[in-house]
Amino acid sequence: MLESIWFVLWGVLWAIYFMLDGFDLGLGALMPVLARGENDRRTIYRAMGPFWDGNEVWLITAGGVTFAAFPVAYAVMFSGLYSALMLVLFALIFRGIALEYRSHLASERWRKTWDTCLTVGSFAAALLLGVAFANIFKGIPIDGEGVFQGSLLTLLNFYGIFGGVLFVLMFTVHGSLWLTLKSDGELHARAARLAEKLWIALAVAAVGFLVATWYATRLYDNYLKEPMLFAVPIVLIPVITIAALAFIRVGIVKRRYWRAWFASSVFIVGVTLFGVAGLYPNLLPSSLDPAFSVNVHNASSSPLTLRIMLVVALVFVPVVLAYQTWAYRLFKSRLEDGESLHDEAY
Amino acid sequence: MDVLMLSRLQFAAATFFHFLFVPLTLGLSILIAIMETIYVRTGDEEYKNMARFWGKIFLINFAIGVVTGITLEFQFGTNWSRYSRYVGDIFGSLLAIEATVAFFLESTFIAVWALGWKRLSPKAHAATIWLVAIASNVSAFWILIANAWMQHPVGYTIRNGRAELTDFTAIVTQSFALHEIVHTLGAAYILTAFFMMGISAYHLLRKQHVAFFTRSFRMAVTFGLIFAVVEVVQGHMHGAEVARVQPAKLAAMEALWDTTAQAPQHLFLIPDEKNETNLAVFGTIPGALSMLAYHDPEATVKGLKDFPPEERPPVTLPFAAFRIMISLGFLFLFLTAYGWIRRNRLMESPRYLKLMLFAIPLPYLAIQAGWALAEVGRQPWVVYGVMKTADAVSKLSPSQVWASFLGFIVVYTLLGIAAFTLIVSTARKGPETHPATAQ
Repeated sequence: MLESIWFVLWGVLWAIYFMLDGFDLGLGALMPVLARGENDRRTIYRAMGPFWDGNEVWLITAGGVTFAAFPVAYAVMFSGLYSALMLVLFALIFRGIALEYRSHLASERWRKTWDTCLTVGSFAAALLLGVAFANIFKGIPIDGEGVFQGSLLTLLNFYGIFGGVLFVLMFTVHGSLWLTLKSDGELHARAARLAEKLWIALAVAAVGFLVATWYATRLYDNYLKEPMLFAVPIVLIPVITIAALAFIRVGIVKRRYWRAWFASSVFIVGVTLFGVAGLYPNLLPSSLDPAFSVNVHNASSSPLTLRIMLVVALVFVPVVLAYQTWAYRLFKSRLEDGESLHDEAY
Repeated sequence: MDVLMLSRLQFAAATFFHFLFVPLTLGLSILIAIMETIYVRTGDEEYKNMARFWGKIFLINFAIGVVTGITLEFQFGTNWSRYSRYVGDIFGSLLAIEATVAFFLESTFIAVWALGWKRLSPKAHAATIWLVAIASNVSAFWILIANAWMQHPVGYTIRNGRAELTDFTAIVTQSFALHEIVHTLGAAYILTAFFMMGISAYHLLRKQHVAFFTRSFRMAVTFGLIFAVVEVVQGHMHGAEVARVQPAKLAAMEALWDTTAQAPQHLFLIPDEKNETNLAVFGTIPGALSMLAYHDPEATVKGLKDFPPEERPPVTLPFAAFRIMISLGFLFLFLTAYGWIRRNRLMESPRYLKLMLFAIPLPYLAIQAGWALAEVGRQPWVVYGVMKTADAVSKLSPSQVWASFLGFIVVYTLLGIAAFTLIVSTARKGPETHPATAQ
């Protein structure tokens, strides 16, 4: 029971991470498409500046919780996905430093270099996170010892790359919608038009991914196996997810961008939880033999650790959500066009 | 090189690099919080400008600390997966608690502090930097609890083929952890003080922003002196603690081969590890090691030869690192004490100021030496007495780890250059000269 509670929390933490860091990864990747000049670029940086660091801590926490609650899954997942994970980490380093360092020197070469780091790093991280999670949904070649029998190329299969593309589209829609909320004038209009176009690609990719999932993974098994047990909470996930996708469109067309952005958040959470619910009880299915799969029973920590961690999570996660919401509200206002030039930090 | 050695080098490079930037943030956050509090209480704009100037340098360091910290957490999974499996029940939970309890707070409020000057009242703004200061130090607390558990594991039992938690309180309150926390935080505060004194000295020598940097220097020298005293006194107790829980490390850091009563300390020698003896010994202080370890000059100290060869740590590196650390520790005490006496006549002490400018790297060296001693001296164990480092490493192909190791070297070198450039240019530029923009 405790393991299953932690499985849910594990999925929720990754979902929150994708929802929050998703917009700044997407916006970072879109920078060269959206920005027409220095003023635009500053506005884009400022739209992410107060938030990206707090968002990334959700990744650290998701990683830490995997380590604490399911040490075996942590060990197998990260050593198995070694090269892919190292690339994600390097990408996150460059984009994080770009966000913090760019504004400190007025040199054009300095700024251009960091702009490139931001774009490439954000794009690569979004893509690779998608590739990694699609491969987890599909199952990776781990043997009975939990050792990965493959290479970086094993992960770059059709379904894995499809997952990467889906993540990039999810995050870029999310990011351009965020920019519509933070900018005005020409930049705002550009972001809105781009979100509208990207949404079509996202809808096509999402439907295609659901079909590919049918053939490439066993995620649907849980939904079909015990319809009664799963009826209420789990079937709701795909329904809400698809509704959210439609509501993004409605929001964009009606120019209600806050609604569109919230719908996009729900969509990202839904996609993640849809996959995670399909995985249960596995954390990492083995593509070699189902008996080698890492699941909540053979990977979890001792009941004492799970109990202590549960108390910590139930006390502190709501507190974190409360002060992060406060911080979001503090910086929620639209950035004035001319203000970027005089702003102290960007 | 094999996967084990490559993984060790990679982890060493990643931790050393991470800890070039973190100590300054631990101390600077507190000093900035004090500056801003004085500003709120007195309304003196100079203190606000101080908080902003030192705050810029804080942010440059903090950014590197964040991104390099993520790689450290994930390396336990990537390179040390067998370690993660074996001790994740305990070690993993400590890291997860750190992220949930402290790191969120720190990362959220640092952004509010940096960008919220106009959006918050002065009082609320000062409160955010206090939250950052508290959170960074609490964060260090949890990480050091985790490291102390590797140095001296308690509160666990071996069950189901791994170490399982039995007593959480024992892990959090064990004396070795408390020593490690005081010692590491003390060192970080000394480093911060020397950094602030060095940069201030640079400007005072050029007679620019004199009032601003005199205040900064005085604040730093007092802070530094307090912790230099704490460090020397506590360091002595720390040595006794190492003797109690890690006798092999003690023997290695003193290059003591034979079990000896009235064991001496030597100021200098060259350990000859192959022949299990020392060359070129001089500056012998009889009974000093017995005194350090057991507070009794007659006490017997166990030598390396009485440990099985496969449980002995390397000798040369811990021995050298220990000497570098303690000699610098005493130098810091002397330099801060002298500076504190002359704190009202700084402008008349150009030679001392120059010395302090060039002293900036010394606490960095001392801290890295201290960690080298702590970690290399623990070998061959990754968890002392419980798990060997060689049993902790992941089953990876050497080419993978070569690629990532070279990646780390390249990426971290670039980061280091960027950060160094920025710190130097920001420090040189000094505070904003026209206070109107700082409103």
